[in-house]
Amino acid sequence: MAAHLSYGRVNLNILREAARKELREFLDKCAGSKAIVWDEYLTGPFGLIAQYSLLKEHEVEKMFTLKSGRLPSADVKNIIFFVRPRLELMDIIAENVFSEDKLHSSRDFHILFVPRRSMLCEQRLKEQGVLGSFINIDEYILDLIPYDGDLLSMEYESAFRECYLENDQTSLYHTAKGLMTLQALYGTIPQIYGKGECARHVANMMLRMKREFAGSQNQILPVFDTLLLLDRNVDLLTPLATQLTYEGLIDEIYGITNGYVKLPPEKFAQKKQGEASKDLPTEPKKLQLNSAEELYAEIRDKNFNAVGAALSKKAKIISAAFEERHNAKTVGEIKQFVSQLPHMQAARSSLANHTSIAELIKDITTSEAFFDNLTVEQEFMTGVDTDKVNTYIEDSIAQKDPLIKILRLVCMQSVCNNGLKQKVFDFYKREILQTYGYEHILTLNNLEKAGLLKAQTSSRNNYPTIRKTLKLWMEDANEQNPNDISYVYSGYAPLSIRLTQVLARPGWRSIEEVLKMLPGPHFEERQQLPAGLHKKRQQGENRTTLVFFLGGVTYAEIAALRFLSQMEDSGMEYIIATTKLINGTTWIKSLMDRPESQTP
Amino acid sequence: MAFITANWNPLGEAFYRKTELYEMCWNLRDGLRDSLVAAAPYGGPIALLREPHRRSPSSRPQLEIYSASGVSIASFPWKSGPVVQLGWTVSDELLCIQEDGSVLIYDLFGSFKRHFSMGQEVVQSQVLEAKVFHSPYGTGVAIVTGSSRLTLATNIDDLKLRRLPEVPGLQGKPSCWVVLTQDRQTKVLLSNGPELYILDSTSCTAVCPPGVSPQDGIVHMSVSFSYKYLALFTDTGHLWTGPSHLQDKMIEIDTKKKTTPKQMVWCRRPKSQQPSVVLMWDRLLLVAGVCSDTIQFPIEDPCVLVGELDGVRIISSTNQELLQEVPLVCQDIFKIASMAPGALLLEAHREYEKSSQKADEYLREIKEQSMLGEAVRQCVEAAGHEYDTNTQKSLLRAASFGKCFLTDFSPDQFVLTCRELRVLNAVRENGVGLPLTHTQFKQMTLQVLIDRLVYRQFYPLAIEICRYLKIPDYQGVSRVLKHWASCKVQQKDLSDEAIARAVCVKVGDSPGVSYSHIAAKAYECGRTELAIKLLDFEARSGEQVPLLLKMKRSQLALSKAVESGDTDLVYTVVSYLKNEMNRGDFFMTLRNQPVALSLYRQFCKLQEQDTLKDLYNQDDDHQELANYYVTASYREKRLESRLSLLQSAVDEYNKAKNEFAAKATEDEMRLLRFQRKLDDEKGAGLLGLSLQATMEALLALGLHKQAEQLYRDFRVPDKRYWWLKLKSLAEKEEWEELEKFSKSKKSPIGYLAFVDICMKCNNKYEAKKYVSKVTPEQKVKAHLAVSDLEGAADAAIERRNESEMGAVLSRCSTSDRLLIDRLNRARATAPKK
Repeated sequence: MAAHLSYGRVNLNILREAARKELREFLDKCAGSKAIVWDEYLTGPFGLIAQYSLLKEHEVEKMFTLKSGRLPSADVKNIIFFVRPRLELMDIIAENVFSEDKLHSSRDFHILFVPRRSMLCEQRLKEQGVLGSFINIDEYILDLIPYDGDLLSMEYESAFRECYLENDQTSLYHTAKGLMTLQALYGTIPQIYGKGECARHVANMMLRMKREFAGSQNQILPVFDTLLLLDRNVDLLTPLATQLTYEGLIDEIYGITNGYVKLPPEKFAQKKQGEASKDLPTEPKKLQLNSAEELYAEIRDKNFNAVGAALSKKAKIISAAFEERHNAKTVGEIKQFVSQLPHMQAARSSLANHTSIAELIKDITTSEAFFDNLTVEQEFMTGVDTDKVNTYIEDSIAQKDPLIKILRLVCMQSVCNNGLKQKVFDFYKREILQTYGYEHILTLNNLEKAGLLKAQTSSRNNYPTIRKTLKLWMEDANEQNPNDISYVYSGYAPLSIRLTQVLARPGWRSIEEVLKMLPGPHFEERQQLPAGLHKKRQQGENRTTLVFFLGGVTYAEIAALRFLSQMEDSGMEYIIATTKLINGTTWIKSLMDRPESQTP
Repeated sequence: MAFITANWNPLGEAFYRKTELYEMCWNLRDGLRDSLVAAAPYGGPIALLREPHRRSPSSRPQLEIYSASGVSIASFPWKSGPVVQLGWTVSDELLCIQEDGSVLIYDLFGSFKRHFSMGQEVVQSQVLEAKVFHSPYGTGVAIVTGSSRLTLATNIDDLKLRRLPEVPGLQGKPSCWVVLTQDRQTKVLLSNGPELYILDSTSCTAVCPPGVSPQDGIVHMSVSFSYKYLALFTDTGHLWTGPSHLQDKMIEIDTKKKTTPKQMVWCRRPKSQQPSVVLMWDRLLLVAGVCSDTIQFPIEDPCVLVGELDGVRIISSTNQELLQEVPLVCQDIFKIASMAPGALLLEAHREYEKSSQKADEYLREIKEQSMLGEAVRQCVEAAGHEYDTNTQKSLLRAASFGKCFLTDFSPDQFVLTCRELRVLNAVRENGVGLPLTHTQFKQMTLQVLIDRLVYRQFYPLAIEICRYLKIPDYQGVSRVLKHWASCKVQQKDLSDEAIARAVCVKVGDSPGVSYSHIAAKAYECGRTELAIKLLDFEARSGEQVPLLLKMKRSQLALSKAVESGDTDLVYTVVSYLKNEMNRGDFFMTLRNQPVALSLYRQFCKLQEQDTLKDLYNQDDDHQELANYYVTASYREKRLESRLSLLQSAVDEYNKAKNEFAAKATEDEMRLLRFQRKLDDEKGAGLLGLSLQATMEALLALGLHKQAEQLYRDFRVPDKRYWWLKLKSLAEKEEWEELEKFSKSKKSPIGYLAFVDICMKCNNKYEAKKYVSKVTPEQKVKAHLAVSDLEGAADAAIERRNESEMGAVLSRCSTSDRLLIDRLNRARATAPKK
């Protein structure tokens, strides 16, 4: 089921198995039949750890979504709440428990906090007078969830907002804890690099936790050579740009959540001859996207412009494979052909799916609106007219295009110009408030706090220097056969990934100047390894770096890192971890404030 | 040595032997008569309560605790109520179950730890019988009450009482009963005369094991150490054995004894196929195997049987013996005339020591069968099973001798066994008194052995063992030190200073020793100052917090919580402080801890909006205060209150010198008033719409003048207003108005937009009107938009623009021959870009 997690350089299935074991142990603690009441947000991430079948093996008979009022009836011995430690959820649980007691008295209640139990929440349950009703109160430490063979995410949605707007470092504590768990399974990571305030904080916590648990460390040969911690606010630009890889575009347009995408069903209708097309499916088509699917693994990180060619090449291979049957003469040959059929059929349906998706995306990427938007983005990234009011943005506001699109562009202009001229800044703000409503003054305020929007204070604009030193813009990006990471944005090389690339070679010392221009400290720490665990590297063996993006990472950045891993002379393999998989839209959305209006 | 098989007794295919473990050090006047005795498995301690039923206050019964070798550990008069049952927990604590259902817990040294009750109703009905049992969940207690009900707790450290269902027809106490652990569930098997029932937490099921005569009353039962096997003894003297799921029968033996045995215990070695049951009557010990064979031992003194993992210990007032099945490997080596490789190797070595050449002959014989490796393995394994140190030595020497003739034989097992035996011999010493077999030791693990030593306060020995076996400090030495320190802080005769210093010197920064744990112990003993001194040594700031709170050092707790990075901990301290302090002090404390302050703000945002305002006020944070008012304004239903909140926001924005926001908020208020006025006058339903949407709505309603007014009052950019008006007019298909509008002044958005919008409404006629007005750069596009290819071609040719010509060409169909020719000609002469 999760075989694709073990294909990579680092077997992430170990992590998944550890998580599954812990889950089973908890379920067995509650003897007898069970119903699980889910904090809905958790179902997605949990799906990546354990399917329903596992739960069923451990006598889970019913599953409900946590909501206020009375629990649905279920003839089970145990009711288990799977929740995040949030106060508002505690109130709902209390309500559930209260309305329950009057009806039955024989059901046992349990709570499983994910990812950590919280005294505050238990206190709240106590105040509500229900704490005593729980037989088990436990925590399920699920910080880093394996999403793919080289990708871990905490799916901590509000991490960026909490860190940069609210000065709440809860997510960083979880990050540090998660990294400790990771080191317990994969060995101490000898080198830690980082850039940014949050990175510094996480590193400090990790080092202290290591001191605190000194002596308890296990004797595992380190799998990772280096950990790189990167603050999202070191590179605010990249997520704002429209991703141009296949996977990135799927995410930009349809949104990938927990490894699944929902697509408009029309293109996926089974075309049967003679049937009228009237009964088209209305349910969105749900597809799982990960490297377990051979074709997807091949094309996900390509620039979208190179996907068509890859698909048609694949189509030829598959139909050639099917043609093979005519050559099969002997019984043995036919038998061999038949044995390959399931694999071939899977490949064919996978091809059909991705052809449909590619068509859907193509309809959008070839539209004038998409082109205009991209042109403006690229102008900003190359530093063209970033200090003036942009006509396209102005027109888009007049046309009442979606607010998030406007915010993405305005923020991008601000970031690429190291702040907007006061007049330009005020103009945009007034346009937005007048068009989309004055309540967005709070959102604008948030964006300012996060540094995404600002008025120019000094006349010095650092961005061109950064762009030139780090070669963020490559004029001749090769989309078909890329030779540089800039292909993921058709010209723009993500800053975050450039930093990663430079760190590997020639090292950050070569870009001290630029690092100083970017926010937050940069640092290097070493963790002592127990004697005898120093790796003896084989000739030509690659080093492994874990890159941790604090505050989110986009699919295009992941693609760029995978590209670097595959480059023959890079000598480095990357595993990616993050607090949340994001794109510009979800990211900006997480920073928005929408007061709920009471006026009708 | 030669007589090693002297104490072997055959039973079926197996042999049983009785080995003396100790001559007991104790000096019991009345032997074990009239006493409640509890001896813990794994060579655990023995508790003895003399004459538990004597209740006269003048002569209280004496409770005595001994090590397994009979060394007295504690002795004190029993002052509480009558005791029904004694038992030991897995962590060497003594449970005294009283008639009234309360269970008192003492440590090994007889000091009272805590107590709990088996339920209120028991006070009335009284406990008739009780049992202490062990399961993977810990130590449990089960009782039968005077009202014939059973109650059990599977883990006394996490007490949850389960009252079992009623047993039909049961009066008083059952004939006999046992507690079973099966499929992660704890059940009770119980007999009431001839009836047999299985009870779990929800049901009571009658059972009838195959082969048990339904008329026979079951008077005694016993379950094996692993809960796998069950033995039943009937009033007709039959012994029935079978697996504990009661589906099969293993054997049934007629013991020809009509009296109920005093004790009946399983004697079985893991993986052995020859389990047996040991039954004890007043003067007889009987071992009954599956082969219907029996061994009988006479006994003189009253004894107590203790079931072990791999045998039975027999404790009498004078000595203690271990009865067990002889391990197979020992049989192989020591059986008379055995030709097993191990036996030959032992013989070879013996000859070698005598400098006899026979050694070579034996060795040759083993080597010819290439069994030397096996021989060494046998000797090593057998050494592990032997209790006598001389036997151990000769077996290990033989193994070491044999090893010399092997080239790549892993020495690990040999080395490990030597080390482990050294440890086992040390703990078996009389003074320590832990008679563990190697099998038991492996099962209980070294960790637990160290714990046991620590409970008995054999700290130096425990540390020696940890160092000798090279256990990582974290699991070994540190744990011993931790326990030592917790014990040390309880020494009342030493000053705080002295203890803190002693602890610090010994413990230092040993990994894994939690100073907060030690400090908590000190605090428990009422030594707060010592606790604070000790907490200073704690490296884990998070660990210090709960204790600091308990000791009312809340400020310190807060800074430690912040230091730990654990936000939940910070929240906890904050909410604690909030209840402890007055508001002013509380705010001041938070002010000094920015991290805590921002977390508290977060909490207030969700839970206590009013407090949030106070916090901002205190900090003079006008910007946030203004945002707070804005947010609050949206929660208000009435316009007046909303406006007044917005006015507050304006004031605060001004104080924060945020002119833009102040102005914008004023605009918002102006807009709200305007919307309200029009809603009142015209019922326009505008309130809450954005400015743009308001204008849109006004235009849709035909209220052009009012829209115009907003456009001017709010200084809406021309461009946006033109777009708005353009769209609105086209949507309403007011073409005349549109034309008028287009001529009102020069369009700031150009005229292509007019063309596009008309085409969008499918009005080509109107669209054409504007084609001529567009700028030269957009001419071609405009012509194409209205599908006027000729016009487009003219414009493109006029502008001599190659790409535009291309665009026109791509729209031409084959019927437009002439046009295509013309364009191609023009293209040829156009300047190349």
